[in-house]
Amino acid sequence: MTDQGADAPVLDAPILDASGVSKRFGSVIALRDASLRLMKGEVVALMGANGAGKSTFVKILTGALRPDSGHVRIRGREARVGSPAEARRSGLVPVYQEPSLIPDLDVSDNLRLGDTPVAAFRDRVDQLGIPDLRLDALIRDLPLATLRIVDLARALAADPAVVLLDEMTAALPTDLVERVLRVMRAEADGGRSVIYISHRFTEVSALCDRASVLRDGVTVGDLKIAPGVEEKVVELMLGQAMDLTSITRARAAAAAAGTPQIRVKRLASGPKLTDVSFDLHKGEVLGVVALEGQGQDELFDVLAGARKATGGMVEVKGAPMSFRHPADAIAAGLNLVPGNRAGALLMSRSVRENIALPLIAHPSHWGAIAMREEAERVAGAIARLQIDTRAQGEVRRLSGGNQQKVTIARWIASGVDTLLLFDPTRGIDVRTKRQIYPLVRELAAQGASVLYYTSELAEVRLACDRVVVIFGGKVVGAIDAADADEPTLMRLAYGLAGVPA
Amino acid sequence: MKRFVVQNGWTIGLAVLLGLLLIVTKLIQPDFGLSGLDSLGRASLPFALATLGMAVVVIAGGIDLSLASLMAVCSVTAAVLMDGRGEVAAVPIVLGVLVLGACLGAVNGSLIVVSRVPDIVVTLAMMFVWDGTALLILNAPGGGAADWLRGLIVGGVVPKSFIFLAVVALGVWLPIRRSKLGLMLYALGSDAQAAFRSGVPVKTTKIASYAIAGLFAAFGGMAVTMSTGIGEPIPGPYLLASVAAVVLGGVSLTGGKGGLLGPVLAVFILRLVRLDLTLLAVDPNVTVIIEGVIMIGVVMLGGVLALRGQRT
Repeated sequence: MTDQGADAPVLDAPILDASGVSKRFGSVIALRDASLRLMKGEVVALMGANGAGKSTFVKILTGALRPDSGHVRIRGREARVGSPAEARRSGLVPVYQEPSLIPDLDVSDNLRLGDTPVAAFRDRVDQLGIPDLRLDALIRDLPLATLRIVDLARALAADPAVVLLDEMTAALPTDLVERVLRVMRAEADGGRSVIYISHRFTEVSALCDRASVLRDGVTVGDLKIAPGVEEKVVELMLGQAMDLTSITRARAAAAAAGTPQIRVKRLASGPKLTDVSFDLHKGEVLGVVALEGQGQDELFDVLAGARKATGGMVEVKGAPMSFRHPADAIAAGLNLVPGNRAGALLMSRSVRENIALPLIAHPSHWGAIAMREEAERVAGAIARLQIDTRAQGEVRRLSGGNQQKVTIARWIASGVDTLLLFDPTRGIDVRTKRQIYPLVRELAAQGASVLYYTSELAEVRLACDRVVVIFGGKVVGAIDAADADEPTLMRLAYGLAGVPA
Repeated sequence: MKRFVVQNGWTIGLAVLLGLLLIVTKLIQPDFGLSGLDSLGRASLPFALATLGMAVVVIAGGIDLSLASLMAVCSVTAAVLMDGRGEVAAVPIVLGVLVLGACLGAVNGSLIVVSRVPDIVVTLAMMFVWDGTALLILNAPGGGAADWLRGLIVGGVVPKSFIFLAVVALGVWLPIRRSKLGLMLYALGSDAQAAFRSGVPVKTTKIASYAIAGLFAAFGGMAVTMSTGIGEPIPGPYLLASVAAVVLGGVSLTGGKGGLLGPVLAVFILRLVRLDLTLLAVDPNVTVIIEGVIMIGVVMLGGVLALRGQRT
């Protein structure tokens, strides 16, 4: 009987047990008391608003950082890991937000680099839905969605005790997301433990057993996933109850009257964008909804002057325009906030410089900078957007949500006619999202026009007045935001139903 | 087959260009033959060895501005030690100098890893350090070299200098390219962050890349001593020439791309262009201008061809 007594705790022992983890960077405390327990075959969601310390905790779990105090035990052994390679050996394999594959090597060389068994990798890739992947394909030639699948398959092929998925599904099309969730569920049922990080509640509730919530560097809750748990999680993340429907919208009343701010007529560019027309009025927020790769990237690029139209035309306040350079578009009042934050910000410069750049980036403004005016405008924008400026010396050190706020703040500081927002809430936590919607409404109320592409259908009703749906490079529907419930948008986006434009 | 041509298009193009240049040379100078090739090979040898070292470092995402100075240190060390000693004593001396080159290269790499100062800054500083070191060892050209060393690179039915280069290049690079270290060098140069996350020991790999460059630099320094019979404390024009050949040879300065064959072909192309212009009695000052124009032209043409390839 003593045998049983000795065995039982080992069986119940968590695979991964982190507790009391703290970490500070200079004067900034990133983590105070973070903890996470993971049993065999369990899927735990690690959740937290941006800036809650999630990224730091992940880095400590994966061995990229050492904690100041606390411990991380994997399979009962103290994991004083010093590098991702060591973490891997101890049984924890992470799949990061950006794929960690070598762009100039082909798939099989990448596998060789990490000693990944090829046969197991092949199986995983087939399971995950890319059976025709060539092992001699160069990584840099593969699309992003494929890379994420390759990264995941590589992680699973190493047969780790724990996999950590960090925003794995952010750039995946819907069918692949479903595949990933299905495969991960099967993995968990087969005894693998999973740490799942995502801002998408639907995925978390579909896949996870528990949710561990981090706020201000402290683990504040560990909840079982059950119907209705979302509100509880949001509450824990925000530290207060938040009403989902509290966002009110002041609609632009006479929006449809007069000359539109932007009129797009039968616009075409490249093979993907073939025939898109719409009007965007002053004070209006026009949503754009489309599945991945339906021409929305090209549409925004043309409007921002980064790409030439091959057909159709763009009118600004009734005058036809053609942009040869983003500076032309900016001069005409069209300002782009791109989906990829890194492409818009000077990562190693300060928050202030990033916000002030459009103020001074015009040749007629070369020369002395009006320091005081600039400082006032920048400070105003920072205050208005509630940007967390603890790490303002370098934008790269801000959290993703705060970086996104900076990209919007720069256009607010310089005054804006037309804002082109391309998926501004991608990979951002709920709290920051809730700050961005009213801000968009406020801008519209002040007379700005906003074109708002979003990959989250629920956002349309929260932020937009009208919405156009693009499928196969064409507008397949234009409806009032009030009627734009998710099933309707989904059907349109898949090209299923024809609603007259 | 088609895939092979596409993947190695740049190198094949360089080989064709080299062939054309040889024909042009023969046309300009009808008696250009074995002895011409022999002297071309010998003159190109230090350039080619420096280029091999530079290519390895650049592939791994770095750059070594101290390479030519390192060659000088190795050249004078070998010449001073061999001076007045016998033919047999030269064997351990040569081996010792090769090890020394690798160690000094590893010093460069370690300084970069430990100080976290960018490669270009550290190796620029080390260029001055090695310059001074070479002059301390030997303050004017001098010393000696064993006769058998000269015999390794002079004459031959196929010029021995080419064989020497091929043996050194393949002997050092092939085992590396075929092992995981080779993959790691490319991984590091391609994306250091992704390499780290894939489990590549990035610091060790960086140091290794500089050590390999140091080894090639030692061979290069030895080549100088072998062909002249003395040590040369002032570095030759090998540094910028090697960067030029690396770029022309299809190695991306941002790292991760290219091989060693392209850069070596580029060395011979650049040397042949110079030879032809000299044979045509072009003003030497104009010669260097033409060399520069050719480099820009070829690299630009490569960019245009790559773009075309993507479109089709």
